[in-house]
Amino acid sequence: MIEKRKSWMSLLATSSQSDLLNLWEQKKIKVNYVWLRTPEIGSIMAQGRMGVTGDKFNIGEVTVTRCSLKLNCGTIGHSYVQGRSKKKAEISALCDALMQTKMSKEINKNIIIPLEKIKKDNKDKILSKAEATKVDFFTLVRGESD
Amino acid sequence: MYVAVKGGEVAIDNAHSWMSEIRRGDTSIPNISLDQISEQLTLGVDRVMSEGSLYDKELAALAIKQSRGDLIEAIFLLRAYRTTLTRFSYSKPVNTANMTCLRRISATFKDIPGGQKLGPTFDYTHRLLDFKLLAENEAPISPKKKYNDNKMPHVLSFLNQEDLMQNEKDNNLDPIDITREPISYPTSRSARLQALSRGDEGFLLGLAYSTQRGYARNHAFVGELRIGIVDIELYIPELGFEINVAEIILTECETVNQFQGSKIEPPQFTRGYGLVFGQTERKALAMALIDRALRWKELGEDYCGAPAQDEEFVISHCDNIQATGFLEHIKLPHYVDFQSELELIRKIRADAKVNMKR
Repeated sequence: MIEKRKSWMSLLATSSQSDLLNLWEQKKIKVNYVWLRTPEIGSIMAQGRMGVTGDKFNIGEVTVTRCSLKLNCGTIGHSYVQGRSKKKAEISALCDALMQTKMSKEINKNIIIPLEKIKKDNKDKILSKAEATKVDFFTLVRGESD
Repeated sequence: MYVAVKGGEVAIDNAHSWMSEIRRGDTSIPNISLDQISEQLTLGVDRVMSEGSLYDKELAALAIKQSRGDLIEAIFLLRAYRTTLTRFSYSKPVNTANMTCLRRISATFKDIPGGQKLGPTFDYTHRLLDFKLLAENEAPISPKKKYNDNKMPHVLSFLNQEDLMQNEKDNNLDPIDITREPISYPTSRSARLQALSRGDEGFLLGLAYSTQRGYARNHAFVGELRIGIVDIELYIPELGFEINVAEIILTECETVNQFQGSKIEPPQFTRGYGLVFGQTERKALAMALIDRALRWKELGEDYCGAPAQDEEFVISHCDNIQATGFLEHIKLPHYVDFQSELELIRKIRADAKVNMKR
């Protein structure tokens, strides 16, 4: 369950705002909920490692929006999403909550799976374009002497 | 001592109003949209995000538009906004070995697992103006090729295996965060890397070039340069587990440099490291060269008085917002300060004339 939840929360967080909003609005899902934490825009500090494997250092910050809410049935949804869209944070938290209810099949089919496909297609595009630029250099032997 | 001035409100308002009008330009030409900036001036946006130290494409595009394309002004705007944000937390260190690479090259090894991918690069172009771009609506489509999703291990890890490369150990040290505590010298490599990652590209380029020309000579090979998308993982305390909160583009550069060895260590290769937001390879490369030059003390090398070896000089001057703030403030009215200088020089000259007559 935790692995699945990690996976859908990560997907919601990193999907584009317009893709998520389009899918959500197409389904016209009506849910009642109360806010536990209204959407808040902030940042997280991204860290790297010196020389890939060494000690940590700070690279810079990334904008993130978070919120938490509770459905009428008592299920709690959280979101931490990339960017500054309060709407994206709200819909992500709703999806997180609904994925823990009887509606999970519907949300999975209409939102999670399409978002996964978009993400997979984007990655596929990058990797196949990069592959087309794969280079095989060969070293020339200098011809000045024998 | 600086003495402030008052007044001038109307003139200042009118100046800003004219600046806004000029920013819009000829109104018969369509207004530029943020999408156009973030899609078509990508590398400018990346530079503003990296030196603004905030990864947000939309805000960087807005800053570029507002600053009329003056990137240092745009970086200033983004830095100022950054200070208003609540800091939620720190991410887990990014795992660049799992990067979805757009580009990945090595200048030290020809055949590397995962292959060399040139990616969307200006390298090997002839730097001739392309007049085809004058025509509107060019939308080229580049080729794709079937790939196998093999791992792309870091090239220098192969040298690690033979112990020919200095191993970068994780000593579990907490990094300094220069946005939370002021830097005092001597400082740590973590503070230096953070400062360099958001440092001015031009300044770092010049300094890195100086090391190549012989000031703190350390001949560097590009062991690996990779550009691509990485996940930013964050631990969520209310859930008790980690999720990916963001996907960002990073440029990573590892240089290989010779090391003579010391009393306790045999000769070995050492590394310079650059890691920067966005597609910013000139900057990441420069950062790696400077990181290596600044490591002289740790590696027991000689200090030869080169600017790139002087930690305090490099770190306290690489920030273009600090630099431009101090530089540009001298344009503002300093009438009273100058008045006192004027009176002083008049008095000294008068005294000097009396003395000369004697």
